[in-house]
Amino acid sequence: MEYERIVEFIPNLRRYARALVGDRHLADDLVQDTLERAVRKFHLWQPGDLRAWLFSIMHNVFVNQLKARKIVASQEVDESFAGATTPGWVTDVHDLERALARLSAEQREVVLMVGLEDMSYEEVSRSLGIPIGTVMSRLSRGREKLRKIVNGDPARTNLRVVQ
Amino acid sequence: MTVSDDRIHAYVDGMLGGEEQLAVEATLQSDAELAARVRQYAEQRKLLRELYAGVAAEPIPAQMRLKRPAWIDYSRAAAFVAFGVAVGLAIPRSSESPPRAAAVSGSSALAKLAANAYVVYSTEVRHPVEVDAAQQDHLVKWLSKRLGKPLRVPVLTAEGFELLGGRLLPGDEGPVAQFMYQDAQGKRLTLYLSGRGPGEPESSFRFERDGKVSVFYWVDHDWCYALSAEVERPALLQVANTVYKQLNP
Repeated sequence: MEYERIVEFIPNLRRYARALVGDRHLADDLVQDTLERAVRKFHLWQPGDLRAWLFSIMHNVFVNQLKARKIVASQEVDESFAGATTPGWVTDVHDLERALARLSAEQREVVLMVGLEDMSYEEVSRSLGIPIGTVMSRLSRGREKLRKIVNGDPARTNLRVVQ
Repeated sequence: MTVSDDRIHAYVDGMLGGEEQLAVEATLQSDAELAARVRQYAEQRKLLRELYAGVAAEPIPAQMRLKRPAWIDYSRAAAFVAFGVAVGLAIPRSSESPPRAAAVSGSSALAKLAANAYVVYSTEVRHPVEVDAAQQDHLVKWLSKRLGKPLRVPVLTAEGFELLGGRLLPGDEGPVAQFMYQDAQGKRLTLYLSGRGPGEPESSFRFERDGKVSVFYWVDHDWCYALSAEVERPALLQVANTVYKQLNP
């Protein structure tokens, strides 16, 4: 059956979903809902880039879950975070994980599609239904924010209590 | 010279080539601050991959197996009914029972059973085996006793597969044993063994494919073997050769 070609992309969908929502169970729920929808709608797929099509479905499911508040878009500033970060560039991957959770959902999607899934900007643009220019600006802002958070840098200065 | 942000990220993502890449590199030579930023972006990419590499390698949970869309069920059911009607019309009524279909005789039936057992148990995340490899002695003694003949378990480490354990299953003619192996990527492979029945001829390797599952099966002295995995034929053949050599030194 042709729709079984989807199986090949399940590991990618799972990896991306885990990074996107953080929690293992929520991530697997996201993947499962995506797969069900993809199989149901497979007759609508125009032969071409199956991966971009699957990621566009996952994006829609993700947005719906955000609206239904099944998952949170991003974690607000966690005060313990700054304390846990070592100054300078960190090597602890868990700091990166927590920093990722603080990006906006839109930035996180782009940063992960490009950096984790190695998708071309063109593919990301198709998956998310946004122009390439928007892909680039989300990528650029997302990466810069990640860099600053992980560096324990002043992305958060404005949140400090003014003395 | 300044380089646009877009160029910088395209450089980090390896999307530039030739002159564009050289131009960015030249700028980085002269702009230490930018160079540090680019290094950090590149490091981010690398760390992200490390952080989530394990997820992509995990075995896919059983509940993620694709559920067949309803329209396929309907079309298959219709085809099945049509076939049944055609057979009913074509076969003259007779008091004799129909001969057994040649295709499911003996060892080919074994391949089918083995492939089914592979599909059922290889997708189990928490309970792929009844007795795990840590209790290998117990596992082998127990299964040998239930199958009535001493069993041996091949070591497939050289092929990249480690023994996870085994289980006892009902076969067409008495109990059968299934040993399960897993490689570093989480890909699973099973060796399915049943006692050789009286009159069952010895056979060399035969290959069958059931959906995505490849099966090599063969019959020698005491046993019928079926080796199953979701891999291509040449890779499975290599493992089958190893199994055969180890069990027939």
